[in-house]
Amino acid sequence: MRFWNNYVLVYSIEEALHVLSSAPGPALPVAGGTDLLLEIQQGEHEPVHTLVDITHIPELKRLEESKEYLFIGAAVPVSRIAESPLVRHHALAVAEACGQIGGPQVRNSATLGGNVAHALPAADGMIALLALDARAEVASLEGRRLEPLENLFKGPGQTALDLRREILIGFHVPLRRSLQASAFGRVMRPQGVALPILNTAVWIERDEDIIKDIRIAIGPSGPVPRRAVAVEVVFKGRRCEEETFALARQVIRETIRFRSSPMRASAEYRYHLSGVLLEDVVTKAWQRTLEPSVVEAV
Amino acid sequence: MNERLHLWVNGQEVDLPIVPGEMLSDLLRYRLGLTGTKIGCNEMECGACTVLVDGEPVLSCSYPAARVQGKHVLTIEGLAKTVELGQKTPTEEALHPLQEAFIQYGALQCGFCTPGQIMTSYALLLRNPEPSDEDIKTALKDTLCRCGAYPAILQAIKAAAKAMKTGTPVEAPQIPPAAKPGKYVGNVHPRPDAVAKVTGRAKYTDDLQFEGMLHARVKRAMVPSAIVKRIDVSKAKALPGVAAVLTAEDIPGERNHGLVIYDWPIMVGVGERVRYVGDAIAIVAAETREIATQALDLIEVEFEPLPVVTDPVQAAQPDAPKIHPNGNLLKHIKVRKGDVEQGFAEADVILEHTFYTPMHDHAFLEPECSIARPTPDGRMEVYVGSQIPYADRQQIARALGWPESRVHVIGQLMGGGFGGKEDIAGQIHAALLAHATRRPVKLLFDRHESLIVHPKRHATQIRVKVGAKSDGRLTAVETELYGDTGAYASLGEKVMTRATTHSSGPYEIPNVKADCYAMYTNNPPAGAFRGFGVMQSAFAIESIMDMLAERLGIDPVELRRKNALRVGSVTNTGQVLRQSVGLLECIEKVEAEMRRLGGPNPFAPKPVPGAPHLVRAWGFAVGYKNTGLGGGAPDKAGAEVELRRDGTFQVRTSSAELGQGLPTVLQLIAAEELNQSPKRIDVLLMDTDLTPDGGPTTASRQTFVTGNAVRYAARALKELLTSELSERYDVPPEQIRFVEGLAQINGHTLSLQQVAEEMLASGRPPVTSYTYWAPATRPLGEGGDMHFAFSFAAQAAEVEVNTRTGEVRVLRMIIANDVGYAINPLGLRGQIEGGAIMGIGHTLTENFIVKDGHVVTDRLARYRTPSIVHTPEIISFVVEHPVEEGPYGAKGVGEIVLIPTPAAITNAIYNAVGVRVDRLPVDQEMICKALNKC
Repeated sequence: MRFWNNYVLVYSIEEALHVLSSAPGPALPVAGGTDLLLEIQQGEHEPVHTLVDITHIPELKRLEESKEYLFIGAAVPVSRIAESPLVRHHALAVAEACGQIGGPQVRNSATLGGNVAHALPAADGMIALLALDARAEVASLEGRRLEPLENLFKGPGQTALDLRREILIGFHVPLRRSLQASAFGRVMRPQGVALPILNTAVWIERDEDIIKDIRIAIGPSGPVPRRAVAVEVVFKGRRCEEETFALARQVIRETIRFRSSPMRASAEYRYHLSGVLLEDVVTKAWQRTLEPSVVEAV
Repeated sequence: MNERLHLWVNGQEVDLPIVPGEMLSDLLRYRLGLTGTKIGCNEMECGACTVLVDGEPVLSCSYPAARVQGKHVLTIEGLAKTVELGQKTPTEEALHPLQEAFIQYGALQCGFCTPGQIMTSYALLLRNPEPSDEDIKTALKDTLCRCGAYPAILQAIKAAAKAMKTGTPVEAPQIPPAAKPGKYVGNVHPRPDAVAKVTGRAKYTDDLQFEGMLHARVKRAMVPSAIVKRIDVSKAKALPGVAAVLTAEDIPGERNHGLVIYDWPIMVGVGERVRYVGDAIAIVAAETREIATQALDLIEVEFEPLPVVTDPVQAAQPDAPKIHPNGNLLKHIKVRKGDVEQGFAEADVILEHTFYTPMHDHAFLEPECSIARPTPDGRMEVYVGSQIPYADRQQIARALGWPESRVHVIGQLMGGGFGGKEDIAGQIHAALLAHATRRPVKLLFDRHESLIVHPKRHATQIRVKVGAKSDGRLTAVETELYGDTGAYASLGEKVMTRATTHSSGPYEIPNVKADCYAMYTNNPPAGAFRGFGVMQSAFAIESIMDMLAERLGIDPVELRRKNALRVGSVTNTGQVLRQSVGLLECIEKVEAEMRRLGGPNPFAPKPVPGAPHLVRAWGFAVGYKNTGLGGGAPDKAGAEVELRRDGTFQVRTSSAELGQGLPTVLQLIAAEELNQSPKRIDVLLMDTDLTPDGGPTTASRQTFVTGNAVRYAARALKELLTSELSERYDVPPEQIRFVEGLAQINGHTLSLQQVAEEMLASGRPPVTSYTYWAPATRPLGEGGDMHFAFSFAAQAAEVEVNTRTGEVRVLRMIIANDVGYAINPLGLRGQIEGGAIMGIGHTLTENFIVKDGHVVTDRLARYRTPSIVHTPEIISFVVEHPVEEGPYGAKGVGEIVLIPTPAAITNAIYNAVGVRVDRLPVDQEMICKALNKC
């Protein structure tokens, strides 16, 4: 079946941008392709003339620590992220999320860049990166820029990036300092599509017995992945205890509108699970804050 | 830009032109002929297409071929080459320890997923030479095996890892032989096709290519209920590369097909009625699959929509729209014994409850494929993996308007069937197109089409009312079943008859009344599926038996023991069981092990220490299932056994191998009778020119019926050889013996090769045939023997329920099956474990959803079958209460293995958390809501 006319392997960002913008027909970048190629194969994607394979661009395959941040290239297979000691140290929630995407074969192809392009509201990788306060590095013919993660999404399945003129390079994840930690969890159901009915990622910073700072992302809680800011407020300055969780559950009900999706989960079930999952994930992250860090507290 | 693709495949350099849009699997399969890489779903769900790219496992079905530029690809065909050819003798084939272990542990059945399993496992061992069970489950999470060979796969990987680490041969598995093993029967023996399947050499229909072959596709109605007003194929015909477009008018012979009733249109013509979304409107043959697909879009069809009947209860309403001219009732099935009114009057306790089961898809990993090829002598060859080759021949011939002898069905290896390859899929369409174009035509379903088109397991609604004395003795059982048989009859009447006759369970009950309404709807047809209706009714009766035990305050095992069928019992259809009723022993075996593992009260909830929101408990259920067609249907099979010129034997019958292990069974039986080792016996199946009719592969009948045919044919051959030699050498027959490869004639030895030569030279070919007729049975309602044998089972399942989320896991299962005699213990183990895993799938993961006649679960991603992560520890016992007529005492096993599973699990859930699941699959949200009142 002729799913595309031209498949181009590119080796630099400049080349990728050039081929994308000059292709004679519709053109798209492709990394793992685990979502995009399926949609094309199943006729659920508009026709594509040129696919630009960005998995051979060295910069997009980088996974390294700099002074200020951890860099995760947009085309690094999630299997590598899940197992990377660097990611496990600085952003354990991201490693945990990546370790749960698909099966091993899919993880060898799938990338976080693809998560952005596919823009599902509960993509495990995005939910984790949101809690880690990651920023996205984007290249265009005009130059480079950093974007907060939230800015990458327009709606369900729609990225805000212009895929003919922009390339996602990778993610900048703040380094973990002492008394900080993160965690990820999700609940599946055994029937139907293998997407979480709910997932949660938490980054937390402790001060003695008090939660000094926290970031929480819960998916799917809206058309695009986003943080549960109102729920975060509940935790700040409080202890990690049942009273706090009870309050958090209440605020979830007041501020998050879960959807009922037929044959997957009702909104009521999601409200219930969100409380259970939040408690589990916050507790897990909280316990991890005492694990030593190579980077000193600020 | 690179115009050519340059890569290494299995160590060999390959340089090819780039084909736009090509996936790696297509490159491997169709351009390089490496057909060991299989396509099960083409949507990155099943893992069958796994190959290694630069040492990492990837899914080649959705991996652009262009991406492997400059890389190294390893496929199953190259795996054996990765081992040092050290100790192997030149005659032995060098296999990788993983391949050896898969063979020895019976880690393959149909074999379709095997290359993917082995490649995924190989990638795991590259990174992790000593994987734990957890590591293996993580690595193989998304590499599906519908035969459910997961426990054996896990053991095989560990055995291979050990062999690789120590450099010693793969250790043999611990599998007990039959209680009374023969020389060959009753002993562990690998499948005859195992080497071909682990090396990727095994050919399935889509692996075949013919010169000048066209590719066919089918225009489906995709509306569930309508009249066809207009069909215009002119644009499709005009598309370059299209060789033929046919509609109903072009069918030369009869226009309907069907296994029992000819009610299923081969294509729906103008003015005719569409009854489900999968109905065919037109068929196309083109030079490529791509062109055929494009042509489908150019076919214009106009429909006049009709109301849609979506469920069997609605279908039974007097004002329901009529789907067939005679209405919507396929059959009202009745069972009557005693007087239920009186039975309920005598009861101390009466319980009534209604249960629901959904449709299930077989999800065999090999999608349907047929190749039809006209031959110069005016015949039609059809290559297909089919459970009933002779029924295919008859239905194809009927459609062509030909005598059956002009059609030659050549059965191919099947990548799973489970009942789903009994009906016609693409056989007739391929033959019509081959007839029209005079060229070979391949019609391959994709997974989407497979899910939409082929018959499913019947969805049912089953109301059960039971009455019992306070001591637990059942006084009456009344059941009312509605079965959704979908748009066409298929085997619906027979399936729902089995559901009905088994609906009061394997119990002796004085008063029984059962009524079943098998109803047509506008859903996909329902037909045969392993368990054949009995899985559904067992879920209902075995659930209410636990409810009754609780009400009476009796141990659930004790309640079943008290009422269990035993020798001398009279079934609800009036059959006196004279022999081979191993139910009580099954119950005892499972109970003892369950109490050993679960303590004196295995049914009490046990919170997990340190995680009190996780609660565990055991659940128990039993079941029974007929062997053979029964109900008065003549049940026979033919077989031939031949001593060939080279001194080896060939066994021939059309009976089908779908992965269940029939070739091993027949090989062992012939080996036993002829006193020759199995390797000297070749088994040829499923060829309507070369093999006699073995009847349908259904109803757990082949070991019994065809097994007997082969046994008697082999005996007849031995007698023929003996009398021939006796005459020729003038010695009494009792002085003639056969040993491995030789005939011993009163001190004189002759090779079997010589025996064959001599007989052929004298014009008496050394071949015998035998048609075995199973004991006669009586139709339902007439009393007497409705079936000639029953298999029995007991199962216990330990579950863990997360009380905060409602999630359920099955941790351990204990299983005992009475199979009469374990002819093929390795294959039997595979059936037992695989059946339980399919049962787990039916309970926890599988739900075939149709909404307003449209299939919602139309991709494998939406219809989930169990994976290795759902696989519990399985402890199994084989119980052997021989049936006199069976070969060595054997009876059927293929279906009984999954019948008690759903109720064992849902009973365990109830025991753990007090929530009664009366609707499959288990809905964790329902459990969570019941527990948390949310």
